[in-house]
Amino acid sequence: MDLTKLGVIETAKLIREKKVSCEEVIKAYLKNIEEKKALNAVVEVFSDAILEAKKVDEKIKNNKPLKELEGVPMIIKDNILIKGKKVGCASKFMQNFVAPYDATVITKLKNAGVIFIGRANMDEFAMGSSTEKSCYGICHNALDFSRVPGGSSGGSACAVGANLACATLGSDTGGSIRQPASYNGVYGIKPTYGRVSRFGLIAFASSLDQIGPLTKNLEDSAKLLEIIAGDDEHDMTSSKEKVDKYSNFDVKKTYKFAICDEVEEKMKDMVTKPVYDNIMKKLQEKGCQFIHFSIKDFNLCLPIYYVLAPAEATSNLGRFDGVKYTVRSENAKDVNEIYLKSRSEGFGEEVKRRILLGSYVLSSGYFDAYYNKAKKLQMRLTKQLTDVFKSADAVLLPTTPNVAFKIGSKGDNPVDMYLEDIFTTLANITGVPAISIPCGKGEDDMPLGLQIMTDKFEEKKLYSVASYIDTLLKGENA
Amino acid sequence: MKDYEITIGLEVHAELKTNTKCFCSCKNEFGGEPNTHCCPICVGMPGALPVINKRAVELTIKAGLCMGCDINDIAVFERKNYFYPDLSKAYQISQLVRPICLHGGVKLDSGKFIRLNRIHLEEDAGKLVHKSETVGTLIDYNRGGVPLIEMVSEPDMASSDEALEFLAKLRENLIYADIAECKMQEGGMRCDVNVSIREKGQKEFGTKVEMKNINSFKAVERAINFEVERQKDILKSGGKVRQETRRWDDVAGESSSMRSKEDSKDYRYFPDPDILAIEIPRENVEKLRKELPLLPAERKEKYLGEYGLSQYDTNLLLSEKVYSDFFEACVKLYNKPKSVVNWIQSQVLTLIKDEDEKEIKISAKNLTEIIEMLEKKEISQQDSRTLFAKCWEENIDAKEYAKKTGMLSTLSEDELEKIMDEVLSENPKACEDFKSTPDKVMPFFIGQVMKKTKGKANSEVVRKYITEKLK
Repeated sequence: MDLTKLGVIETAKLIREKKVSCEEVIKAYLKNIEEKKALNAVVEVFSDAILEAKKVDEKIKNNKPLKELEGVPMIIKDNILIKGKKVGCASKFMQNFVAPYDATVITKLKNAGVIFIGRANMDEFAMGSSTEKSCYGICHNALDFSRVPGGSSGGSACAVGANLACATLGSDTGGSIRQPASYNGVYGIKPTYGRVSRFGLIAFASSLDQIGPLTKNLEDSAKLLEIIAGDDEHDMTSSKEKVDKYSNFDVKKTYKFAICDEVEEKMKDMVTKPVYDNIMKKLQEKGCQFIHFSIKDFNLCLPIYYVLAPAEATSNLGRFDGVKYTVRSENAKDVNEIYLKSRSEGFGEEVKRRILLGSYVLSSGYFDAYYNKAKKLQMRLTKQLTDVFKSADAVLLPTTPNVAFKIGSKGDNPVDMYLEDIFTTLANITGVPAISIPCGKGEDDMPLGLQIMTDKFEEKKLYSVASYIDTLLKGENA
Repeated sequence: MKDYEITIGLEVHAELKTNTKCFCSCKNEFGGEPNTHCCPICVGMPGALPVINKRAVELTIKAGLCMGCDINDIAVFERKNYFYPDLSKAYQISQLVRPICLHGGVKLDSGKFIRLNRIHLEEDAGKLVHKSETVGTLIDYNRGGVPLIEMVSEPDMASSDEALEFLAKLRENLIYADIAECKMQEGGMRCDVNVSIREKGQKEFGTKVEMKNINSFKAVERAINFEVERQKDILKSGGKVRQETRRWDDVAGESSSMRSKEDSKDYRYFPDPDILAIEIPRENVEKLRKELPLLPAERKEKYLGEYGLSQYDTNLLLSEKVYSDFFEACVKLYNKPKSVVNWIQSQVLTLIKDEDEKEIKISAKNLTEIIEMLEKKEISQQDSRTLFAKCWEENIDAKEYAKKTGMLSTLSEDELEKIMDEVLSENPKACEDFKSTPDKVMPFFIGQVMKKTKGKANSEVVRKYITEKLK
């Protein structure tokens, strides 16, 4: 049996039932990571992983009570803090920073018995859609070495797709979990804003960032979200809304889906359109209803996103200044030079581009024209989307316009890269939850993702709907 | 010679008296070994998030209520972005568009009202410590994240005297309401001053100059006077005052230019996405209002009116919160304000008025009991002083001690008078002799009274009574 093909729940069960030792599981994954080193998905393997596994096996030997996910190995995106481990946001600027505390999600996973075996590659400071902009070098797609894994959580998605861990955590600000999940044929959810604590996630855009799991199956996704979600006294933006039993899929006979006119318009030119048409047909055959609605401001998603996210990022990244935490320029002669030279030398091009963009939209004289306007449009857009949930269970749309693109193919014009987020930023701007599930194949047999959205804090319904579609599609493939 | 009018506005910062910092649970305490009152949040570690200290919001509301401000029902925190090594996150969490308190103001003794524009809550920065050439500059983040209120006045003051009085009144209110300690020498209260002058009769204000780094009342006065003279000189020689920020150097007694308007920073304020807007329900505001003690202005009115104290005594009591609080506690126990203030003035203040820490080492209960015993003639003047000194030294029960040591007569006045009358009627000869040689006979009478009362009588009282009687 190839242990590395198993997911979170299955692995925990095998360990609990003593069918396999935790050490065997961890060793299998470490071996796989070593063999697939060229993917460059994992930037550091934690040296204490085997030791942690032995502790679990000791517990089992002594018949001590086991936690829900005891001994399950996970890899964490390089922007979430694990106490005592390095964390660097894939930036050479942060290369020596050791986390002094655990992120809330890490505390929760530790309490559930999870073992962390490594850090996942990403775009620097989570800015990018291809994981080509990392100080650790380019990460590759789990299924095609010549293609990108997507981004910014490209390492996390590749690690799941290539069976380098049972599951991983990523972060999603404009699509950074869902787009790479789609490109690597795995499941990735961006929860409702406020559903998961951001404490210990190195912020990109605080009002849009959410942490979410990337998994091999839907059950694992729901289980992990169940564990990491909930109110946190350390994060004022975390919600007190009760955490449902997401992993109990409460599947109904039929659902009512909504399709956005503006998305359909965009899909007209997409070569992948038949895949999505086919899914709609299957659902209709099952008796599901479809309604059409309009998000008049849909085309403003990217402009809104590229005002708000850089504005917050420029402020969030101010603390990386060469004075503390980050590498100080050796050429700096005084305090102003420490700032100027350290930041100029430390940040990569894309990060600098967004810092400049953000500084511009916040500067006096432009604040109303950009930031305030974007904030107002964000409210309008949110209403346009969420109104539809009064008459439909979920909104369906593609995760990306196409399959994973070739490495280096979108290098020249940053706007080309920004268009990758065309279907994903909607969920971040409006705060609703969105999941990407594998839904078929495109060019060169590369996977495609279907995005499902429900109303805020309706993750329970989201998983039920996802399970309904997932089962249907799997039946078709079988 | 032209006559000029002075316009002054103040921005006054005060550190709030909370147990913990504004956005984390680190101790809010002055001093300490460098970087020992710190955590990932207040040193701006990656991934750390702020959580608002409710107490800091409450104290800001209280400050607003003391100064007659309107309290906003929704308050928003903004980020003020700038780079400086003492600012760990490269932004300060502050308030711009919706501060906690708006408007309000303070009445000077002259009756002139100085308006406030706002009071908002923000976090303090750390401190740079300049070491030797080889060590360089170090940063101490102990103060970083300490809650600070900024009280911004309208340009309503016309002299350094008015500015000082305004400042003193803000400070008094904050101290009396237990909002801030305002220890200027520890940087617990700091002040930026805006000064402009214009020719008398001119409608529009003159060009404003801001002065920073002013850390004492004396310095506020000196800085304003220096600036007024500087601007007058410029205008008189036909020049124009430049809009700028100047740094006050108290040692040199002069200011120097920091930056001009053109170089002024763009702080790129925007709402802090990590902190949700704070709702302030009316009932919470009313609850806080009820918690407020009597403020100096209200106390002053009461002392002068209801208690009939002199202006001098009133000012003396109000000069320190401890005096006034002690006085109030005493009056609550013994409702003779004038007697109490006399004792405080003649006995208590002589002991502590020159001390830095004004600690009153006698309880209100002991002091009022001493005053009461004395005024009921149960103890002598002499003994009252001895008793006071004893109570100051150690925390004893004044009345118990007076009984134990025989200072306190346990006879009632009536009983004592009866006994004294007996002694007089039993000794007609002595009464006769008293008229010629009172000093010789008095000890005899006292001795007789003491004998009959088994020493419980107060010799002072006896002396006074018999002298009266045989006059």
